[in-house]
Amino acid sequence: MSGSNTAIDFRAIDKILEKYEYKKSYLIAMLQAVQEIYKYLPEDAMTYIGEKVDELSPATVYGVATFYAQFSLEPKGKYEIKVCDGTACHVRGSMPVLNAIRNKLDLKEGKLTSDDGLFSLETVSCLGACGLAPVVMINDKVHPQMTSDAISIILDTLLSEERGQ
Amino acid sequence: MTEDKKSLFIEGKEVEFTNEPNLLEVIRKAGMNVPTFCYRPDLTSFGACRMCVVEVEYPNGRKMINSSCTMPPEAGIKVKLNTEKTRRIRKTVLQLLLANHDRKCLTCERSGNCELQQYAEEYGITDIPYAEKDDFLPVDHSSPSIVRDANKCILCGACVRACSEYQHSVLGFANRGSKTLVQPMNGKPLANSECVNCGQCAAVCPTGALTINSQIEKVWKEITNPEKKVVVQFAPSVRVAIGEMFGLEPGVNSTEKINAALRAIGFDLVFDTNFSADLTIMEEAAEFVERVKSGKNLPLFTSCCPAWVRYLELEHPDMKEHLSTCKSPQGMMGAIIREYVPKYYEDITPENLVSVSIMPCTAKKYEATREQFKMENGKQEIDYVLTTQELGKMIKSAGIDFKNIEGQPADTPFGKYTGAGTIFGVSGGVAEAAARTAYNMVTGEELKDVVINDMRGTHRVKTVELDLKGTKIKVKIVNTLKEAEKCLREIKEGKADYQLLEVMACPGGCINGGGQPLSHNDSNIKEERAQGLYTDDATGQWRKSHENPEIIDLYKNHLEKPNSHKAHELLHTSYSDKRKDCYISAGE
Repeated sequence: MSGSNTAIDFRAIDKILEKYEYKKSYLIAMLQAVQEIYKYLPEDAMTYIGEKVDELSPATVYGVATFYAQFSLEPKGKYEIKVCDGTACHVRGSMPVLNAIRNKLDLKEGKLTSDDGLFSLETVSCLGACGLAPVVMINDKVHPQMTSDAISIILDTLLSEERGQ
Repeated sequence: MTEDKKSLFIEGKEVEFTNEPNLLEVIRKAGMNVPTFCYRPDLTSFGACRMCVVEVEYPNGRKMINSSCTMPPEAGIKVKLNTEKTRRIRKTVLQLLLANHDRKCLTCERSGNCELQQYAEEYGITDIPYAEKDDFLPVDHSSPSIVRDANKCILCGACVRACSEYQHSVLGFANRGSKTLVQPMNGKPLANSECVNCGQCAAVCPTGALTINSQIEKVWKEITNPEKKVVVQFAPSVRVAIGEMFGLEPGVNSTEKINAALRAIGFDLVFDTNFSADLTIMEEAAEFVERVKSGKNLPLFTSCCPAWVRYLELEHPDMKEHLSTCKSPQGMMGAIIREYVPKYYEDITPENLVSVSIMPCTAKKYEATREQFKMENGKQEIDYVLTTQELGKMIKSAGIDFKNIEGQPADTPFGKYTGAGTIFGVSGGVAEAAARTAYNMVTGEELKDVVINDMRGTHRVKTVELDLKGTKIKVKIVNTLKEAEKCLREIKEGKADYQLLEVMACPGGCINGGGQPLSHNDSNIKEERAQGLYTDDATGQWRKSHENPEIIDLYKNHLEKPNSHKAHELLHTSYSDKRKDCYISAGE
């Protein structure tokens, strides 16, 4: 039975487990390696690890995966948007930027990925670029001194690029 | 003072201690107590609830507050249990727990025996200075055995520890901080999870977060329907535990009181599952002797524990051929009742017959729903399964004075039992009972010393060698699936040298089943219940299943001999690969 719609290559997961000798003490490293492949943790992958590794179970793997903020249980969009909400960015107006993105992409409270699968949104605590606050990262690109208008333009550009393709 | 005998002071009283694992045990040994939600003597200490805090003063004058369940006892310390500070801490803990708790106590399954309710009353919590929450999570009613209501969970983690230390970690903590939940993988319904329905989670839960899926009202409806004839059976372990709900000591044998109480409630016929335990031994011993002769599918696995059977079908379906094909005693009695009761009692017909069983076990509720126990008309052989706890509630609601009710015998012809049948309820009992009859089957002689002491005791692993006059047999007896898993690996690796593996999923066996009266903080209770069964064995008229006169009659009149065609039709079953029905098969 499949719990998610991503097709999983379980042989790739076997390789990860072999690399970490099926030891439960490497669980976090295993999960990181899985997330590296899928950009999130598919449910079946967590179940598989829970079944294959001694002294783990699907529920305990899920417990670790949901404990740490670094793991995502939802598929990520093609464009991963990270809005910095560290102290500097916050006081310089990261929240209006975040809300502008939510409105633009129709991401209601709690929803992380847009319906078309293009964008996913999260806040992060500090990107280490406080001098450029407020900062937004889209995939690997840093966008400094954001405003609601500026981020709208950037998203429009990305959207029209996507439509043009 | 010698080195291994040290002492400390509790409320000014000098108390000696030796190897107690924590201060709380020393406090209890001294006849005092502190409240706790998360401490369970049979599980590892967790220190989650902070209710057992005490004030400790060291010999150097340093004072501190510590949770007594996680603190090792130290010589010379002065411990105060009820100070202004410790009481204030406990009250705050209670208020905070209640702030987050579904407060519909009146309609809660655990109302009256909820530890949160009890401590809230004892600590005079008449006011909760926090608003009641209004967003409730859905309650999981999917399992035939267990109901999970996260709104009543206080995150003490007792169930998570029970599930991981006894079985295979179906329940776990998910998320963190205020969003923490106890649930199966990704909040899946219990029925679709790899849960084996043992009920040990509900047995350690201090609140109504994990409860037994009750069928009391459905059974009352059948009993009060004049059209229906309700036939009931009750299991070995029920008789030595139910008394606890009525002020009797654990281990007191209430067989005849139960017969009387069941009739007083309105059940039409009362049979004893001990009888079908004897029947199970006849079939299983014959099957065992056969397998030893042929050498096929050894070791033979006992099949009386439905949690164990489900575990094997889920986690090791490739080994299901090892399982005895014998139905459990509940299953055998279910079949016998359907087949023969209408023949013996003319007012009972296949149409008006309702079959109920009383079990110490929540997994028996699941067992009764197995597709193998479906009859041709689409109904299940056993209609309802109640636990010991549920029977206790029915007796109370019927207004029966259980403690003083005059005992009665069970009905014929399935009401007599031997000592071999009664010890089925304790880990090692099935093997001991089987040995008594197998000896007779192999040698043609009667075993003189029927008590096999090495098979007794509630500890987790026992290995016993038997000599059936030249035929050497090795038996391994384990309880908890955690231990069973180790045996299965031994067998797969070719390291197992035993021919019989007895498994019970609950620690100590059925006497400590998930449906038994709650005994959260006393791990001696299961020993006393076990002793109750051994006493029943020692004082009964017969001690070997093949001596039971009603068993002899059943074979003479109907079944011919063990493992006959008719016996196979009625008393044996099959197993299936359940793995593919569950998410745990991901990637296969």
